[in-house]
Amino acid sequence: MLPKKILDEIDVFASKNNMSEAQKKNLMQRTEERYKKMQYEAGESIGIVAAQSISEPATQMTMRSYTMATQSDRLSKVTQGLPRLIEIFDARKTFEKNMIIHLKKEYNDKDKARAVAKKIKCARIRDFVVSDSIDLLEMRLEIEMEKLDMDETKEHILKHVKDIEISGRGQKLNIKPKVEDLKGMRKIKEKIFNLHISGIAEIEDVFVIKEKDSWVIHTSGASLKKVLMVDEVDISKTRSNDIYEIAEVLGIEAARNTILNEIRKTLEEQGLDVDVRHVMLLSDIMTFNGSVKAIGRYGVSGEKSSVLAKANFEETKKHLVNAAFFGEEDKLRGITENVMIGQIAPIGTGLVTLIMDPEKLKKGVKKEK
Amino acid sequence: MDIMKVKGIKFGFLSPKMIKEMSAVRIEHAELYDPDGYPIDSGLTDLRLGVVDPGLRCRTCGGTIGQCTGHFGHLELTKPVIHPLFGKHVYMILKATCRECSRPLMSNEELKVTSNSLKEIYKRKPSVCPHCNEKQKIVEFQKPTTFREGKVEINPEEVRQRLEKISDDDLKLLKINGGRPEWFVFTILPIPPVTVRPSITLETGERSEDDITHKLVDVVRINERFRKNLELGAPDFIIADIWELLQYHISTLVDNEISTLPPARHRSGRALKTFVQRLGKKEGRFRGHLSGKRVNFSARTVISPDPMISINEVGVPDEIAVELTVPIKVNSGNKEDLKKYILNGSVYPGANYIIRPDNIRKKITEENKKDISEEIENGYTVERHLIDGDISIFNRQPSLHRMSMMCHRVRIMPYKTFRLNLAVTIPYNADFDGDEMNLHIPQKIEAQIEADMLMRVEKNIRSPRYGLPIIACKQDHITGCYLLTKKDTKLSKKEVMELLFAIGRYDLISEIKETTTGRELFSLFLPKDLNITFRTSTFEPDEEDGMVVIKDGQIKSGVIDDRALGERKGKLIDKIHMEYGDNAIREFLDNITKLSLEVITRNGFSISLSEQDISENAEKKIEELLEECDAETNKLIKSQKGDKKELESKIQQISGTAANSAGKIIKKELPFNNAVIMAKTGARGSYVNLIQMCAFVGQEALEGERINRGYIGRTLPHFKIDDLGLKAHGFVFHGYKKGLDPFEFFFDAINSRENLMDKSLHTRHSGYMERRLIHALQDLYVKHDGTVRDSVDRIVQFKAGEDGIDPAKSSGGKIIID
Repeated sequence: MLPKKILDEIDVFASKNNMSEAQKKNLMQRTEERYKKMQYEAGESIGIVAAQSISEPATQMTMRSYTMATQSDRLSKVTQGLPRLIEIFDARKTFEKNMIIHLKKEYNDKDKARAVAKKIKCARIRDFVVSDSIDLLEMRLEIEMEKLDMDETKEHILKHVKDIEISGRGQKLNIKPKVEDLKGMRKIKEKIFNLHISGIAEIEDVFVIKEKDSWVIHTSGASLKKVLMVDEVDISKTRSNDIYEIAEVLGIEAARNTILNEIRKTLEEQGLDVDVRHVMLLSDIMTFNGSVKAIGRYGVSGEKSSVLAKANFEETKKHLVNAAFFGEEDKLRGITENVMIGQIAPIGTGLVTLIMDPEKLKKGVKKEK
Repeated sequence: MDIMKVKGIKFGFLSPKMIKEMSAVRIEHAELYDPDGYPIDSGLTDLRLGVVDPGLRCRTCGGTIGQCTGHFGHLELTKPVIHPLFGKHVYMILKATCRECSRPLMSNEELKVTSNSLKEIYKRKPSVCPHCNEKQKIVEFQKPTTFREGKVEINPEEVRQRLEKISDDDLKLLKINGGRPEWFVFTILPIPPVTVRPSITLETGERSEDDITHKLVDVVRINERFRKNLELGAPDFIIADIWELLQYHISTLVDNEISTLPPARHRSGRALKTFVQRLGKKEGRFRGHLSGKRVNFSARTVISPDPMISINEVGVPDEIAVELTVPIKVNSGNKEDLKKYILNGSVYPGANYIIRPDNIRKKITEENKKDISEEIENGYTVERHLIDGDISIFNRQPSLHRMSMMCHRVRIMPYKTFRLNLAVTIPYNADFDGDEMNLHIPQKIEAQIEADMLMRVEKNIRSPRYGLPIIACKQDHITGCYLLTKKDTKLSKKEVMELLFAIGRYDLISEIKETTTGRELFSLFLPKDLNITFRTSTFEPDEEDGMVVIKDGQIKSGVIDDRALGERKGKLIDKIHMEYGDNAIREFLDNITKLSLEVITRNGFSISLSEQDISENAEKKIEELLEECDAETNKLIKSQKGDKKELESKIQQISGTAANSAGKIIKKELPFNNAVIMAKTGARGSYVNLIQMCAFVGQEALEGERINRGYIGRTLPHFKIDDLGLKAHGFVFHGYKKGLDPFEFFFDAINSRENLMDKSLHTRHSGYMERRLIHALQDLYVKHDGTVRDSVDRIVQFKAGEDGIDPAKSSGGKIIID
């Protein structure tokens, strides 16, 4: 039977070309014939093929990690190419995160989108400071601010920064911390400047861009959880590239699709042609047991059951020592293990074995279960 | 079945008893040889430990070199010493068990349900034993082998006593199955056989011992001294010191890269390579010997092209053919043939060895070849020289994908290089500037058949990466086909005859008419019922020749270029392969590559400097364009507002558009010459190259930005500080043909150096990424039910690739029906 996607395509094609029922049936039949011929053969070492198909073009990718993407006359840094690919495989928790926020239909308008963007963007004390100076004689920090209610600000600062006294009038604040040296003073200044006032703390910058016919907000920094709670946001279209957060908020299947899409995007940007199926397998192995795992010694490879395969990869000593301590047994079911022992590995043509027992056959004894 | 299969390997720990049982010698002396240079008894090179010198016999098993694999000895330690690799584990056990009753510090009920109880207790740090209510003291651990309780050091003897008290049942609960914990404290040290630490005799006759032997000497010597000191009743602090020294030597014997210990060094200052160092890393036992193996029946030499051999052939020099052999079992059918090989001896085509049914190998020499040819019977095996048609596996490193190893048929040729068809240079990524390639000859019939059926060149026409041809036409093939199939190519009967003769298709001569168009000639090699329509590379909507139309195997319109034959595109190759199979596509490629190269040689094809001349008009236009860009940039800089980044991006945009508009001008103005043919058909080069030659090179970039490095505020001292103009930041106003001025030349060199560095740094990263990917994915395979599983039968995908379509059997991952 043909998969649904192909059947749908046939339907569309048939109606487009005004095909008769018989013609359609014929088309379907021929497609199915081809489809059957194209199936994977049993034993195909699909993993190795996928790994090669992804890493072979990687040798042609640019090393240059950052490309300045021009977005509405402003520049933002985007990691691309091989470094980005490695970032995804490592399943890093910290990297240049970003989101594409779509808005509900009612807000599909430049000004409204800008308003939402402003609301989402993280605002810190720093953004409102007009001038600042450190009075070394008095050991005092003087800042002048605009657009903020000073009483509230004062309270806000006092709540989050300990051991300081604040005085001041108008738009000026005099902050006297209980520190003796300049170094401590600067630390306090940084702390105050970075205090979060409004918006979503993780969203560092926003750009409003028109994509096709809808206004969307591109962000640097991401927090899916908080953005999805904003009323104006269209939940179904908004995207993030933070795999772990997606796994947490939307589930592992969404994380798998994000990995798939991110890898494809990275490859496509470099003009490299890799079949989706290979990328799918990779994203599946990273997520198939329910949590996001990295490709490498702390993820997929580290959790293999075979001692020899692990020892062969990295940290040989650690794996052998642990295996001896816990008395582990290697069942020799993988590829490397069998290569090491010098046996035929159970893959491809090596998968085929003889169930018949020639010794027993000689005696004419039925093989007991 | 005479072949046994290893079902599993169990890891564990040797008990002192086992060490003693397997020991052949008790080591007592730190000296290796007596004054005569003979190994002394009970020394570290005792003859009972095995032999490494020719002529001597092992005193344990009587074997000589090669027969005797060596025997362990043992050393009785004066006082116990902690195994350096298990320090952490011992610490965990000490912390997890009661210092009084030796039970795990967890209630019985809880023990039964926790899976990793040892780690769990270790993390919890309970202060009171739940079994005997004894208050626990804090045990401290100092890497790698020192333990303290409070301020008092616990010596290995006490550690051992504590470990001994833990019951077997509790060990099971703690999931320690490798052995008794007290075994992690050495009382007897196993001494490895000399065969694992062979000494080398230098030319001078001096002996040079292995690193391990050196280390063992240290251990034995200190152990002796320790014993003497103890017997003499030395003061405690001396005993403690020497104990620690013994511990140090044993620790470095096992692992010489423990972070807290200074590595033991050779006299020359080089750190010793001890046991752990032998295992890991790339050249270690695991990666260097167990998963990477060396093979016989292989050859390596420089490669060179030969368009006249088939894509599935490899030209093998006769010198190599005489060395590489194929074993053939003698039967009544081939006996006479094999006799001829034997009688030829070392003269090609001869044979090098015969193997008798009792597995004894005999070399065929000038003297004995007559006798041997008489001797062979059914059941004998003859190792005959490589002959035409033998199966071989051809490989070029780096082997990045499975097409880097393909099965070719051998073709014996004169001279000293491997010859290959040009169409297979794409999957191997080979060129002929000195590349070398490897050839392997499978020996067993199973291996030969499998290589032939799965790895044959025709089987790999389609890359599994994108499902389109990867073995395809390239460079001159494409140009040749273009020249042949362009609209006005007409050939006389004589010319066609010559072409067909040159490519060896005498059978087609009867089909020639008086005058033939190039397209008709090309169509001769197409299957007779082929129908296909596709765009050419030169496709433009209004151009009638932009579409290739093939009806019933005849080209009706359109030229054949890289859209038809090129790698990753190759519509024609894709179609013929899909519809007519492996053999058809091999024949097609063989014919077309030969034909196109013959056409291009007869035609003559070259580019010259004057071809890149553009009209005065065009030159003027380009000059105007550049002036305009410069002016615009200066205007922007003068009206500089706000963000520096914003300005920078605008300038970058200007230089970008400059290149685009130049492209348009060049496309219009450049006469239709050979360089343009190559760019248009996709044979070689692109319009960008042409623009850089005849118009201007454009912006040179460094780290993705305009060139900004150098002096403060400027790239070179010839510019004004803070000059943001095009020229000052690496815009090259001249073309390569006219020549660059010194600044431009310098900026161009900056750019090329960055590219060069990028490339060399890049290979490392992508190589490591490949290793990780392969390791993570290698065990996945498609099971008979269509699911993708790993080695422990966990399902990763319910249907491979979600629809079960193998990209290597599809057309670009899709099903194409017309």
